[in-house]
Amino acid sequence: MAVTDAQTSLRHAFGNVLAFFILILIGVLAFSIRLFSVIKYESVIHEFDPYFNYRVTQFLTKNGIYDFWNWFDDRTWYPLGRVIGGTVYPGLTLTAGTLWWILNSLNIPLSVETVCVFTAPIFSAFASWATYLLTKEVKGTGAGLTAAVLLAMVPSYISRSVAGSYDNEAVAIFALIFTFYLYIKTLNTGSLFYATLNSIAYFYMVCSWGGYTFIINLIPMHALLCIVTGRYSSRLYIAYAPLIVLGTLLAALVPVVGFNAVMTSEHFASFLVFILIHVVALVYYIKGILSPKMFKVAVALVVSGGLAVCFAMIAVLVAMVASSPTMGWSGRSLSLLDPTYASKYIPIIASVSEHQPPTWPSYFMDINVLAFLVPAGIIACFSPLSDASSFVILYIVTSVYFSGVMVRLMLVLAPAACILSGIALSQAFDVFTRSIKLQLPSLSVDSPVDAGDASSESVVPDDTVKTDKTEDTQKERTSKKSRSRKSSSESVEKPPSKLQIKKRLSVLPLETSIIAIVLLVFLGAFYVVHSVWAAAEAYSAPSIVLTSHSHDGLHVFDDFREAYAWLSHNTEVDDKVASWWDYGYQTTAMANRTVIVDNNTWNNTHIATVGTAMSSPEKAAWEIFHSLDVKYVLVVFGGLVGYPSDDINKFLWMVRIGGGVFPHIKEPDYLRDGQYRIDNMATPTMLNCLMYKLSYYRFVETDGKAFDRVRRTEIGKKYFKLTHFEEVFTTHHWMVRIYKLKPPKNRIRGKTKKSKSKANPKTVSKRKELKRNPF
Amino acid sequence: MAKLIFLFLTLIPILCTSFTPEKPSDQRILVLLDDFAVKSSHSLFFKSLQSRGFDLDFKLADDPKIALQRYGQYLYDALVLFSPTIERFGGSIDAAAILDFVDSGHDLIVAADNNASDLIREIATECGVDFDEDTSAVVVDHSGYAVSATEGDHTLIASDDFIKSDAPVLFQGIGHSLNPSNSLVLKVLSASPTAFSANPKSKLTSPPSLLGSSISLVSVIQARNNARILISGSLSMFSNRFFNSGVQKAGSPTKHDKSGNEQFFTELSKWVLHERGHLKAVNVQHHKVGETNEPSIYRINDDLEYSVEIYEWSGKSWEPYVADDVQVQFYMMSPYVLKTLSNDKKGHFFTSFKVPDVYGVFQFKVEYDRLGYTSLSLSKQIPVRPFRHNEYERFIPAAYPYYGAAFSMMAGFFVFSAVHLYNK
Repeated sequence: MAVTDAQTSLRHAFGNVLAFFILILIGVLAFSIRLFSVIKYESVIHEFDPYFNYRVTQFLTKNGIYDFWNWFDDRTWYPLGRVIGGTVYPGLTLTAGTLWWILNSLNIPLSVETVCVFTAPIFSAFASWATYLLTKEVKGTGAGLTAAVLLAMVPSYISRSVAGSYDNEAVAIFALIFTFYLYIKTLNTGSLFYATLNSIAYFYMVCSWGGYTFIINLIPMHALLCIVTGRYSSRLYIAYAPLIVLGTLLAALVPVVGFNAVMTSEHFASFLVFILIHVVALVYYIKGILSPKMFKVAVALVVSGGLAVCFAMIAVLVAMVASSPTMGWSGRSLSLLDPTYASKYIPIIASVSEHQPPTWPSYFMDINVLAFLVPAGIIACFSPLSDASSFVILYIVTSVYFSGVMVRLMLVLAPAACILSGIALSQAFDVFTRSIKLQLPSLSVDSPVDAGDASSESVVPDDTVKTDKTEDTQKERTSKKSRSRKSSSESVEKPPSKLQIKKRLSVLPLETSIIAIVLLVFLGAFYVVHSVWAAAEAYSAPSIVLTSHSHDGLHVFDDFREAYAWLSHNTEVDDKVASWWDYGYQTTAMANRTVIVDNNTWNNTHIATVGTAMSSPEKAAWEIFHSLDVKYVLVVFGGLVGYPSDDINKFLWMVRIGGGVFPHIKEPDYLRDGQYRIDNMATPTMLNCLMYKLSYYRFVETDGKAFDRVRRTEIGKKYFKLTHFEEVFTTHHWMVRIYKLKPPKNRIRGKTKKSKSKANPKTVSKRKELKRNPF
Repeated sequence: MAKLIFLFLTLIPILCTSFTPEKPSDQRILVLLDDFAVKSSHSLFFKSLQSRGFDLDFKLADDPKIALQRYGQYLYDALVLFSPTIERFGGSIDAAAILDFVDSGHDLIVAADNNASDLIREIATECGVDFDEDTSAVVVDHSGYAVSATEGDHTLIASDDFIKSDAPVLFQGIGHSLNPSNSLVLKVLSASPTAFSANPKSKLTSPPSLLGSSISLVSVIQARNNARILISGSLSMFSNRFFNSGVQKAGSPTKHDKSGNEQFFTELSKWVLHERGHLKAVNVQHHKVGETNEPSIYRINDDLEYSVEIYEWSGKSWEPYVADDVQVQFYMMSPYVLKTLSNDKKGHFFTSFKVPDVYGVFQFKVEYDRLGYTSLSLSKQIPVRPFRHNEYERFIPAAYPYYGAAFSMMAGFFVFSAVHLYNK
């Protein structure tokens, strides 16, 4: 007996060391797979929002945390300005700032930009370790390692965390998973220590991302589920109640959340469940001290009186919530609950492409084979159903729904999919390797006949081992049910984990197991190939530098930085640059010029003003811009090189957003028979609006025909002059065009028409005389 | 070496003339003439300019060597066009060059006359003055004419509208009209209500296009960049003959020995050439009350002081400007504060006010447009921030019950725990 104990502990030690090294490798993998963007392009911040975060981090490292907290930024949203400290989720910035500070105090002089670029890869390594921890709590080490390796290279997450993608999600996903891990850990151990850690992790999540509302709704949902299904325990109470109290207090400390933590509807669910869990705890307590008979009497008393009070309170609550126009929900949350809400009422939310519902191919693109493994994982979570596994099921169900509403929330789905696929894969491997192992030493011995995998419908009676919340759950995995019917998509790789350790081992046939393992390995290999391809090709482009492959080699379009550099070198420091809001962050960060609107779309009216200016004819636009002290107007134009996400393609959103506030801008004026077109069938309003003119000014000089390569048509109006704007800069590929507002006319002309033919002015005046004479 | 000396010598005048930032009056004037006879026939006007220190450069308008600028530098501060019949200037000058000259802040005096050329008319039109389209029309006034021994067609007009002068001003030439919505242009001499613009030689068949006091005889324009333009419909107004001749307005018993022309144009040229009515604002300062340094940012509800010094050019020196209508705006898309500045009669204008309870990027704006003065437009950008996190009150009196509740709750919980745990 002692020998076997020693052997097992030795094997455990080996297993732990192995797991440790595997985890390190997973971390390295997660980090290095995200470096394609640096290798293929350069170490540069990507896209739009990261530039703002980068600028904020620079400010933080330069001025310290108190100035950052109180930072009033006068270079954006001119002339309103923006209180950065109170409107930004500071988690990412503080994290990178702390990293930079630590490195600097260790005399490692990295630039802030470098730290920012590599923050996301570092945190994706952390995220995969957190995934390991979470899955280990649910289904053991094997599942944990599998889930971690899947998460390390899930394309959906890579898309938001490649080196340079310095956005909130980079750290928020780690915080999300880690918070869930600590919740599950508390739930499994009932330790107040972990509960406290959990609320601190939740605080970090609140600091990092607005998506924290997902946590504060998912955990109450799970607590409610546990209560309803009769799984209430003191562990649940310890996991839940401290989180709500401490977490809410801590969340209210974050300036951007503040009193929202107790006042908006997103948080109400947690409070309701908080009340409920106390009621339940009280009921259990009373049940414990009273005799069953007395208890029944008490219940009858309380139910009759309590229900009345309850209904009254709920009525008051509902009335309060309903009295506010949006029912106390923010626009983004409402558009989650009602997917058509944004497109109906808030065009500014609907205009963002990542707020659109995803298409089916994007699921395959972003989570690939995980989409097929998830159902298997769900089934594995039901056998046996524990508090932890029910949480994972709830997580996947809600995140699938949210990802179906907004494509950016695919990111929330990805960890859940990884966890469940990890569980499924590890269970499948567990079954197959166990079958092989049991058969290999005794190949000649009788192979169990009844283990035909597809035909086995034998419902093994439940063990109902509910007590085992300890670590040995994963060792002594007992399967309850085999539901091979459901897994119609791949019956091969998911023969149900049908293994029973009592006396009789129901194992799978050797050949089947080997083939299944080979197939599973192929599946994994396919996933790896796809993920590496996605990391290298699809998601590594920084979007400020574009490349295109053509028959004569690689073309690099560095027009954005060219334009911003021009602005920063050729304009005054206090000059205001107007552009559509997409380019606001980049202009402030790269050109260091004041912008009118930027990607933090907090003021719809201001954005609508710019949208109206862009949709107006030149003179009206000039007046709007002049009233905003704008000196330069920047438009992005892709017609020459075929860059599809340019301002002409975004233009209808400008019209919609502008028309939402200023009703004289009407969308039908810009559409010919409901179609958006810029060729000679376009409406006069379209052809005379500022955006058209600024985009296509002098365009005909490029090829003589003015053929737009994005819209694949010749433009409608080719020759025109600008009266109130002058072109000051156009980048090499015409992707960014900068115009200057002409100053007001120095003189006011008289009424007399300029005589056109200067050569023979006499004849002109003669003709006038002739005209006059007949009267 | 010789080249260097030559270069140096050519540089000297440029260097000498470029160091006059403190004198807004013009220095060098180019006078373009149809022929040099005008130089002597209008010598009184030119003399009065020269006696005031101007450096006149007389050129024929079709001189092929004339140029307004060399190497991007303007050679003159003002231009006098006494060449009403010129069809095409010599050298590099054309209408666009003259308008550019004005748009870069230089002054212009244009005298048209009967049969003024299209070029002159075009320049006038660009400045907002529409001469009568009928090229043969002149201003005729059968009741406001000047009594004259020789001329009987009543085209010599004695006008005393709009001017404070003892003697009327003599005018003979073409009239023009102004667009009433044009805020930059101003009639300084208008015809009387009985005047009209027509060809006196031919019979009037249709009503004349220009009638009555809407006819302007002499107009001035101050462009947005404070360049000043004088446009007159008559060249002979400037002549020695008109300056010296006596005048008697028809129907008026008084006969003046000397017409008002000389006084009129002396004063007008002083204005046009920036000897009068030129303001400058310097030393714009703002700071918190009780401090002297200019902050880079204000906080909401700060009390601040704003001051500016405004001086007026008297022709020789800067004198303090005295007015009680200078206003400052604290402006963010619309003025949040509008205050009239008080002054100490020494050119120092000041006020103090409280920053509104709104944060954003504000501007101190002084927009001062007064007739006859150059327009002052000062704006200075200043951000206004909200309170810092530690600038709010730490304890609010109204909240003391809540503080009490919180702390008593904590104490109570502590006592309860102690009792509960150790009092079995």
